[in-house]
Amino acid sequence: MNRKLAFVVVLAAMLLVLVGVASAQTPTTITMWYHGAGNAVERDILIGIINDFNASQTDWAISLEEFPQISYNESVTAAAVAGNLPDIIDVDGPVMPNWAWAGYMAPLSLPDGALDAFLPGAIGKWNDQVYSVGLWDAAVAMFARRSVLEANSIRIPTLEEPWSLEEFDAALVTLQGTGEFEYALDLGTAWTGEWYPYAFSPLLQGFGGDLIDRSTYQTAEGVLNGEAAVAWGEWWQSLFERGLAPGTSQDGADRETGFIDGKYALQWNGNWAALAALEKFGDDLLFLPAPNFGAGSKIGAASWQFGVSAKSEHQDGANAFIAFAIQDKYLAAFSNGIGLIPATASAAEMTENYKVGGPLEVFFGLSQAQAILRPPTPGYPVMALVFEKAAADIANGADVQTTLDAATDEINADIEANGGYGFSS
Amino acid sequence: MQRLCLIKQEFVAMSSIRTDSAAALGKGGRLNTEHAETLAGWLMATPAIVLILVFLIIPFIMAFVFSFTNQRLFSPNTPEFVGTRNFTDLMTLRTFSLEPELDANGQPVVDEEGNYVYPRLREYTRKNPKYPELNGLQEWFSWTIGTTRTFMLSSDVVFMKALFNTIFFVIVIVPGQGGMALILALLINQKLRGINIFRTIYFMPVVVSMVVVSILWRFIYDGQNGLLNTLLGIVSFGGFKPVDWLGTTSTAMPALMVMSAWQGVGFHMVIWLAGLQNIPESLYEAASLDGANRLQQFRFVTWPGLRNTMVFVLVIITMQAFGLFTQVNVMTRGGPLDSTQSIMLQAVQRGYEKLDISGGSTISIVFFVMVLAISLVQRYLTREKDA
Amino acid sequence: MIAQRVKTPMERWVTVGHYTLLVALAFVFIFPIVFMLMSSLKPSEQLLRDTSSLNAFLPIGDISLNNYYAAFERAPIWQFIFNSIFVTTSTVVLGLVINSMAAFSFAFLRWKGKNAVLSVIIASFIIPFEAIAIPLLLIVNTLPWIGPEGLKISWLNSLHVQIIPFIVSSFQIFLFYQFFKDLPFELIEAARIDGASSWQIYYRVIVPVSGPVFATAAILRFLDMWNQYLWPLMVTQSEVYRPVMVGLQYFFQLNVVWGEVMAYLSIITIPVLILYLSLQRAFITSIATTGIKG
Repeated sequence: MNRKLAFVVVLAAMLLVLVGVASAQTPTTITMWYHGAGNAVERDILIGIINDFNASQTDWAISLEEFPQISYNESVTAAAVAGNLPDIIDVDGPVMPNWAWAGYMAPLSLPDGALDAFLPGAIGKWNDQVYSVGLWDAAVAMFARRSVLEANSIRIPTLEEPWSLEEFDAALVTLQGTGEFEYALDLGTAWTGEWYPYAFSPLLQGFGGDLIDRSTYQTAEGVLNGEAAVAWGEWWQSLFERGLAPGTSQDGADRETGFIDGKYALQWNGNWAALAALEKFGDDLLFLPAPNFGAGSKIGAASWQFGVSAKSEHQDGANAFIAFAIQDKYLAAFSNGIGLIPATASAAEMTENYKVGGPLEVFFGLSQAQAILRPPTPGYPVMALVFEKAAADIANGADVQTTLDAATDEINADIEANGGYGFSS
Repeated sequence: MQRLCLIKQEFVAMSSIRTDSAAALGKGGRLNTEHAETLAGWLMATPAIVLILVFLIIPFIMAFVFSFTNQRLFSPNTPEFVGTRNFTDLMTLRTFSLEPELDANGQPVVDEEGNYVYPRLREYTRKNPKYPELNGLQEWFSWTIGTTRTFMLSSDVVFMKALFNTIFFVIVIVPGQGGMALILALLINQKLRGINIFRTIYFMPVVVSMVVVSILWRFIYDGQNGLLNTLLGIVSFGGFKPVDWLGTTSTAMPALMVMSAWQGVGFHMVIWLAGLQNIPESLYEAASLDGANRLQQFRFVTWPGLRNTMVFVLVIITMQAFGLFTQVNVMTRGGPLDSTQSIMLQAVQRGYEKLDISGGSTISIVFFVMVLAISLVQRYLTREKDA
Repeated sequence: MIAQRVKTPMERWVTVGHYTLLVALAFVFIFPIVFMLMSSLKPSEQLLRDTSSLNAFLPIGDISLNNYYAAFERAPIWQFIFNSIFVTTSTVVLGLVINSMAAFSFAFLRWKGKNAVLSVIIASFIIPFEAIAIPLLLIVNTLPWIGPEGLKISWLNSLHVQIIPFIVSSFQIFLFYQFFKDLPFELIEAARIDGASSWQIYYRVIVPVSGPVFATAAILRFLDMWNQYLWPLMVTQSEVYRPVMVGLQYFFQLNVVWGEVMAYLSIITIPVLILYLSLQRAFITSIATTGIKG
């Protein structure tokens, strides 16, 4: 009898221990949001990383929630207002300072030196602290065809010697004059939203203007409506007046296929579109650097990045995942999957397209040589919308000075209404 | 039930009381039933009142409070009360006149094209201590009489444009869409074979979501190979020159109007139709006996008989038209050159995209007051005629 | 009945003209829908090419259901449709009961303050939803809910957060109120004399004779709820709660596949069209009936 009882007690005790061990081993759930809903390629790669991470340790388990990119910022804004953010946030690089300033994001704590090899555009810094890191960067180039340029005796520019404004403008006029193309240049005006500040504000910066005075981040006066900016505006407007580029009502489908179909001679586009064009034109295709408009050749930098929520109760787990995800093999996987620039040179070597001698290697160089970050300030989301409207209005024939003055006013008023966005002036 | 009604009618005839249910209850237990009625009245209305209070009135009061603060959607700064500043920032209007610049001889300076050169307006409207009242204002429009150029300055030019565009939209859509709907109703109010099929088809766009409609109509209005340009090209045997309907300032708003009317006209057609079918046949017979022609019949029989229907259609279209948003948001985002800006688009862009919830709320409050005032006026006008 | 007269040649021409006009107008109203359905069957390149000719309206060329297969691959469409149907139906049913009851109370029962309350409700019809979305978000985020996992604060990420705030519609109350006021008063009085309570009058007398207005209210609410976009976008952080209109966003990636977009537009429009076509007689008559009461 006693023996039996003892047996039962021992058994029960063992069970208890087992249960205890099991519960201690149940990993803590880390929630993560991503902007790729509807994009199977991105989802598969990300889920691969998550599965690897979950299998690699027993403390944490990542649970992924996906959002459609087109309304991602609105979704996060609403969730943030309601205090309902996940542990790991996916954020578009230039928007990060706004979320950090508002107290929704915490600085990353990654192992020392983890980001040493990263492209500057893939690192999200604000207030001298790193808040986010991207597995890739994006770059914009002038897509062109060697045969077309040579047939019209247009010099092929190089990174060292890009086109000057005059040279570029003359090339456009020449190409338009051939009559072979509907338009000489496709700027992508159909892509409303972030494309405008991302792709077009570097042109303004090439002229010597900017969205904001970067010495103080307190005013746009003189930089967005100064002489250099007006010169940009006049030239920008003339592109449409002279019929060199399709206007703001460009058909979205033409944007996607127009260059490949031969409707446009040149196309200002991102590296994510490079593979499709390469498939069509092969060796004939060129990715040219931005022209030097007087104050240098500039292209936009920074893409989607990962950060940690300030409200997260498991910041260590969130950081652990990010540290895990920025391994070269994953950078390479994303690059192979969606055509973006891997954030490190060593990862680039592991990719088909960006390794030395690869067909898109040139983008790596463009990114290193010409990339300029959109102003890293919490005021950026408003600036981006104001600039988008100004660029569209000028393209549609609005008075340049008046439009830029109004844009300057709106940016300044927003900075004032937000108490200077935390910059000590 | 029928029997009961008959008895009741006698009772009504006898006592000739018809105005109030409680008064019709008779003498016995009057207090009790009145109590029961009050209780039931409250109980039946309570669920609706509670829900509308929590999910509509209180949020609206919060929006009202926001409009007097500098509340942001998110910000580490503590919001402060700013009085009516949001409203003055939105709606301040002022005129300001300038004389041409003078050269050393006191003569007006003239540029190459022979126009007078005026000082830059911005020098007066930006932190100029001599003109504190102009600070922050922008040019909305201007006109020149003699050498004097007068500017209409506004504290928020985009909002002013949105306001006037929306009013323009309402002024065209209300009679336009309402009239179209009436014409359609007259066309299908006929005893013709298969008329129901046409009625069904005309109503179909109403059940299609405005978002879906807007996406489809972008293909129709496309400037290069849009369906509308294609169809007009075929009809004119290629003589028609393609128009960029949504990309041209003069055609963008009319294009939106046509599309909105296309989507909504079936709904109002059906309401008119009901009104038409409610007019007794005998009136038409009497009119034709009197020798009235078709037009006269419409003028003296149909139209007067549709008065109530007209009021209803008017009120509904007006409210829908003022709320113009989805089409603009999907198709033009207010462009080109603000030619399709609307009040609600501005409210949403500011409140959500520019994270300025106090600014967005202010616009919503202005919108509410404006539409309420217009509804009250409409109600007053229709009531006066009833008396 | 008047016997059919033989038509004169003139009248015949009028009839022909009339039909021509009717057919032309029918084309105007139907062509975008035909374009959508036909395009959903075509590969994107052909779809875009076809817009420059009448082929846009014809099922010719490379016709297949591939866009539909691809659309179902891209997004959990069945989930979206289920959510939309659940949210829409619940809102409509609950709304009909609560709104009609309130309107009955306003129209027939005597109680203090009723006119003031009614005025506020009617005026609140003007409040645009966009104006209250953020405050409403803050409110629902603080409300408690008892679900399978016990008590939980915040309604975010659920189906009920898409239902409960929309049960009451001031427009619907107004619609019911207008209709009830025009009912013959004798109906009520007779029932009262019979000793019926207010509740009995509501569901034995009023509801049975109010079919048309119930149908109208249901249909208009159905369309509103099916087309909900801004609110679900704000409150559904989890895919399993998203409705069809938010699902549309899944198709607007950087490179839009227009064939799939057309397929998705068709998928979310066809159920409503079928519902409409099968109910169209009741549908139109009911709206029409409400019209005269205005």
